[in-house]
Amino acid sequence: MSNHEHKHWLVRPNTIRLLWRYGITILVILVFADFFMEPHPYFGIDGSFGFFSWFGLVTCMAMVVFAKGLGVVLKRKDTYYDE
Amino acid sequence: MMSDFPPGLVLVIGAFLLPIVSQNVRPILILGLPLVTLGLIWNLPDGAGGIVPMFDYQLVFVQGDTLSRLFGTVFAIMTFAGGLYALNQKRVLELFSVFLYAGCAIGVVYSGDLVTLFIFWEIMALASATVVLSVGSKVAYQVSVRYLLVHIFGGGLLLVGILLQILDTGSSSFTAMEPNTLGTILILAGFLINAAAPPLSAWLADAYPEASYSGTVFLSAFTTKTAVFVLLRGFPGAEILIFIGLFMIFYGIIYALLENDMRRILAYSIVNQVGFMVTGIGIGTEMALNGVAAHAFTHIIYKALLLMSAGSVLYMTGKRKCTDLGGLFQSMPLTAICGIVGALSISSFPLTSGFISKSMIGQAAADESMMAVWLCLLAASAGVFLHAGIKFPWFVFFQKDSGLRPSDPPWNMKLAMVFFSALCIGLGIWPEYLYAMLPYPVAYEPYTVAHVVNMLQLLLFSGFAFFLMLGWMRRTLTITLDFDWFYRRAFPKIIGTLLGAIWQIDTAIRRTFLTRLDVCRNYLIRVSEGEEDGILSRVRPASSMVLWVAVFLAAYLLLSFVGDFQN
Repeated sequence: MSNHEHKHWLVRPNTIRLLWRYGITILVILVFADFFMEPHPYFGIDGSFGFFSWFGLVTCMAMVVFAKGLGVVLKRKDTYYDE
Repeated sequence: MMSDFPPGLVLVIGAFLLPIVSQNVRPILILGLPLVTLGLIWNLPDGAGGIVPMFDYQLVFVQGDTLSRLFGTVFAIMTFAGGLYALNQKRVLELFSVFLYAGCAIGVVYSGDLVTLFIFWEIMALASATVVLSVGSKVAYQVSVRYLLVHIFGGGLLLVGILLQILDTGSSSFTAMEPNTLGTILILAGFLINAAAPPLSAWLADAYPEASYSGTVFLSAFTTKTAVFVLLRGFPGAEILIFIGLFMIFYGIIYALLENDMRRILAYSIVNQVGFMVTGIGIGTEMALNGVAAHAFTHIIYKALLLMSAGSVLYMTGKRKCTDLGGLFQSMPLTAICGIVGALSISSFPLTSGFISKSMIGQAAADESMMAVWLCLLAASAGVFLHAGIKFPWFVFFQKDSGLRPSDPPWNMKLAMVFFSALCIGLGIWPEYLYAMLPYPVAYEPYTVAHVVNMLQLLLFSGFAFFLMLGWMRRTLTITLDFDWFYRRAFPKIIGTLLGAIWQIDTAIRRTFLTRLDVCRNYLIRVSEGEEDGILSRVRPASSMVLWVAVFLAAYLLLSFVGDFQN
């Protein structure tokens, strides 16, 4: 209990839980904002529902996965060049 | 005449004054000279001045136009804020080299011909290497030598390119070119090496993080952005730049995602951001070129801000690895907030400077119906938020509690960060001032409802991906091999093995030769010992040698007479 008191309010589990909740609410609102917007696409696909949302999510996950894969091949200890 | 005075010269002269003035005068010079430079830049009329004849050519030291004014302005502002940030830097060698470096960068953007450009370009390489070297450690020495080697190689390509171009066209003037002759291709390659283009991108992340807390701030601004400037002026619309730029964008993101050193994360993200600019130059429309110029301007400010924030952490804690940091927001709130402003700007969040500049490049791709390029730029924008926008502040100021409780840095460093944070937000809210300084008239409105909402969707879902995959991004004590592995590991090893082999063969040949020589000598000795008149035991008087010398001289004289007669 006293440990919780000493922690900065921003890192208490309650705050973090709240932040997740608000964050996800904002994401949902943003996706549904597409209902109220007149799409004016340049190419077609960018006018489809929720395009920017899923595109951001999917490409970022793909980049993390790709980086992880490349890391398997190219990562070395950070003392590699010191030896 | 004022129009004959190169504005960069103020900083170059100032650089030489800094080491000799007293400690009380130095801060006045550090803060005053960039402002004088800024004043000169804004009072400089367009057109050529400061012309010095050299053989059949002219060196044009002042060639002003909108584009040089834009870059000159941001370089001067950068020198001012960087100087403010570096006021407590005790190494005068660093201050000397950053002023020389900044002065020559302004020299490059005002160069009216290729030879002048080359002179400033090379001094920049030396000065920037000295910024790293001034740290004084063994690592800094090794890194600065590697850095210098890459840049001297690039400078060599540039020099040969310039000479070929002068031979081809008979003119040394610096105007738009197309990479279709050997000369122009070499010039392009020389420019691209300074832009950290592939394959030689590794020099940037290798060298910049090894400079001091303040040195890196300056390094981030000048070399790559003068490269962007010369590409803008020299190769607008060169299609190959689109592919090079896109490669740089994703290289920066992927390597930054794998990196553990906070300043190296930011160094990779320089390559990423310059990639956006190089792509825009490749697209080459007025919208794209405006976007590149605007993005270079805003990028210098928010990248310096990010590195000031990271530099403050380094200054106060002496640590730079994400694995050692975390939780610093509690005791360094101002540094954290300024770092976050920089991070939001680089991610082009609405109401920050990145939003009003980077989106112009994407818009240019859409206008030209380049769907693949547009989609790549969009994915890259999401990726910027991932690797710099969240990753940097998260791992440095939040994540776990490292137990470190350093305070915010001294007042001057705080002031510099607040100044640049204000500029980031100010430019984001009132873009019209920046747009008015761009080379072409701007018909672009960044703040439409659709643009703001779409950008928020893209960025916040990118942030969502970050926290979903946080487990995948746990920092490890690792580096990631890059192209520099070839010249740091492979080539030395190959050359070492090769030299070893050559040495062995050489030893064997010498040994055989010496044995044979011994045999011959023993034979001659045996022969001459047998009789008194042996070859090696004859006595020759010195007079006979003198005689022969006289004979040779006489023959020489005779022959030269004969030669004269023939003429």
